[in-house]
Order: sequence, then structure tokens, then C-alpha cells
Amino acid sequence: MSEWSIIWEARDLFFAGIWNTLVLFVLSFVAAFVLGCGMLFLLEERTRLSIVLRWVINLMRMLPFLILAYLLYYGLPQLGLRMSAWTAGLIALTIYHAAYIAEILRGARIVLPAGQIEAAKAHGFRPFRLFYRILLPQLVIKTRPLLGNQLIYALKDTAFLTIITVQELTAAANSVQATYFIPTEAFVVVIFFYWIISIALELALKWAGRFGAKRGFEHV
Amino acid sequence: MSDAPAVQIHRLSKSFGGIEVLRDVDLTVYKGEVVSVLGSSGSGKSTMLRCINWLEEPDRGTIRIAGTRIGVDDKGRKMNNRELAAIRARTGMVFQSFNLWPHLTVLQNVMESPIQVKGMHKDEAHAVASALLEKVGMAEKADAYPFTLSGGQKQRVAIARALAMSPEVILFDEPTSALDPERVGEVLQVMKNLSAEGYTMIVVTHEMEFARAVSDQVVFLEKGLIIEKAAPEKFFTRPETERVRRFLELSA
Repeated sequence: MSEWSIIWEARDLFFAGIWNTLVLFVLSFVAAFVLGCGMLFLLEERTRLSIVLRWVINLMRMLPFLILAYLLYYGLPQLGLRMSAWTAGLIALTIYHAAYIAEILRGARIVLPAGQIEAAKAHGFRPFRLFYRILLPQLVIKTRPLLGNQLIYALKDTAFLTIITVQELTAAANSVQATYFIPTEAFVVVIFFYWIISIALELALKWAGRFGAKRGFEHV
Repeated sequence: MSDAPAVQIHRLSKSFGGIEVLRDVDLTVYKGEVVSVLGSSGSGKSTMLRCINWLEEPDRGTIRIAGTRIGVDDKGRKMNNRELAAIRARTGMVFQSFNLWPHLTVLQNVMESPIQVKGMHKDEAHAVASALLEKVGMAEKADAYPFTLSGGQKQRVAIARALAMSPEVILFDEPTSALDPERVGEVLQVMKNLSAEGYTMIVVTHEMEFARAVSDQVVFLEKGLIIEKAAPEKFFTRPETERVRRFLELSA
């Protein structure tokens, strides 16, 4: 039996891994986006909470993702909080990338012309509507390339979860290569799938660029 | 014009970093009146305008919009965001730099505040906005995005946006200063029409002819003080102070 036919025999393992990777990636990124936007809204006004939040965001940014995953999965049980590897992985991805998304959006928020916000205030907008209807759409349009970059990072970070025993794509490859000792083939398959997903993301992002182009935000 | 005041400013004072920008400014604007605010740059005229809707928080003094105090309630308590927004919704503002929302179309810019602030139904807001765009001559551009418009067009949309809230008073902060000379006329014409329709307007401007032709009162600010307040005829022909005389000579 050739190496490739071994891979083919193990296809169910790979498909289950891809499915798990995709589910984790999509769920965590959607949750991270919502959470990141929520953080940004709370950062709008300087309060005690916003100061704590700044610290949390900076803490996440200095922490290697793997350590966060370790802490949630192996550390929290010491405090009596036990969860499955999958749940721990999902939460780790979510809060880690939420911090980055908040930071990306904050960068665009700082340089947004103040006049538009004044115009909304002058017309009687309250903070949440102002944020949701006037600020956020523009920030998302403006940070599209950066958010796209973060999207790719989030995809690749799912691979770390293999170390806390989540059965995702990299874990599938690892189990195949360890069983049959065919590391090259197993990982070539994995690279291929990450690559395909990344290309799909790139295309989706490119398509999303038309929103900005139509409104004069982008000139390419 | 009626006897009911749309805006009452009483002993308004404001400093920025120890520099007094406004000193005990008093001004009453009645419903249907057009008040032009003149003065050189740095005289405090924009700050005064921005205090009226609390974009700047005054240090002292009271401001009432149609009788209701803004910023601080009658017991002296600072208003929360909700209360402040409710009063601001009764004023409109037009800015020097237009400040349209670039992610929304012209029509959406005008519809947005009635829907989001007043809770107006989308269909009604659409009808209101379309009528207003017609009024300012921007109906054909309803579906265009702001970046495709000229300055004068942007400003006319911004005026329609302010009108959409049916404000008690519209505050104009140098509405034609960022326009090229050929475009100034179209915006001033819209403002003239509004004054003829009985809108209450406070206009910070450098357009002497407009101030003379359209205003009911002209106010001249100098170093944060109102040094002259008069009907335009008197202000432009028989000013009381040497400062205004010189200002008029230089801007003629």
C-alpha cells in the first residue's frame, strides 16, 4: 500500500478534522467579532470598566495563544472549572481574537474624523445607536484588510488546539502520521486544506471590498 | 416671528485652558428669526454655537431650547446621555465640513436620524427625506454616496439632514466657508428659502451680504464678548463701535 492510499483510507479522520476546524473557526471568529465590537463600544467612554478592559486587551496581546489554551484547559480545573477540550479551545480562540479585533477597530476609531460623530450627537443620537449605526459600519469597512489578516490568523490558531487534544485538522494529520509514520504526506494534505480555506477567505474579503469601493473608502 | 423664544442664552461663559473664549454672553433668538453671528476668527462665535447644543460644555450660564434647559436640569443636575440626546434632537446643526456619513447614501443620510432617534417608520422617513431633498434640489442624487458630491451639494444634503428632525432651531457653523466661490450661492439660496419659510436659524458666517439681506438680528463677537447686537440695517450702516466699523471696512 502506497503512502497516499493510506491517507485515502484515513479520509474520514481528515474530514472529521476539517469539519471540526471549520466549526471552531467560524463560531469563534463570529463570537470574537461580536465581543471585540462590544469591547470597542465600552472603550468609547473612559470608565472604570474601560480601564480594566484596556488591561485585558493588552494582556491578551502579550500572551502567546498556546499558553492561553493551556491555561483554560489545564489551569482552570485547578480552580474547579472543568470543561471539554473543544469548549476550552473555542473560548480561547474567541477571547484571544476578540482582543485583537477590538484593537484593530480601535486603531481606526482613533483616526475617524470627529465631525461625523458630532453630527450624530447634534441630531440626538444616543451612544449605542451612534456606535452601531454610524461608527461601526465605517470602522469595519476601513479595517477590512486588517480584519482579513486576523481571519487568517484565527484559522491557523485552531491548529494549536491539537495540543490540548481537540480533534481538528492538524490533530487528524498528526494521528495519521504517528500511526503509519508518513509525516510528509499527512502534513501535505493538511497544508492543502488550510490553503484552500485561506484562498476562500481571501476571495470573500476581496468581494467584501466592493462595499468600501462603492462608498469611496477604497481606491483599488 | 413670534414672541416665543426658540433659544435663550444667559450669561454663557467658557474657557479653554485658562483662555476665556466666551464671557457672559446673553442672546435671545425668537421663533422664526434668523440671527447672524459675525466676528473674526477666534472671537468665540463657533464656540457659542457649539454650546447651544452642548457639543461644548459651558463653564457657566444657562441655555434653553424652546424653554427647556439643556445640559443641566432645573435642579442643577447634569443630564445623562438620554436626556441630552432628547433635547439635542430638537436642534439641527450644519457644519463647515458637512460631516455627512460616508457609508450611507444621500437619502439614507437624511432618513437616518428620524428613524434612529425619533423611531419614525422607514416609509414615513423615506417620504420626509425625499421631500426635503426636493426642497434643497438634491432629489436626483438620492442614491449617490457623499464622496461623489461637490461641496455645495454635500452642504445642501447636510441641510436636508438637519431639517429632517423638524428642529426648533438650526445652527449653521460657517456653512459656506469650505466651499469654492461658485458653490457658495447655491447654499445661501437654500438658506434664504428656509428663512422665508419661517425656520429659526443661528448662522455663524463671514457672508456679509447674506447677513444683511436675511438676518433679523446681527451679533458681533469680539474676544468672547458680544460687543454689538442690532438689526442688520443699523449694524451695517450705523455701527456703534469702532471695532465693527473697522471690521466692516475690511470685509467690504
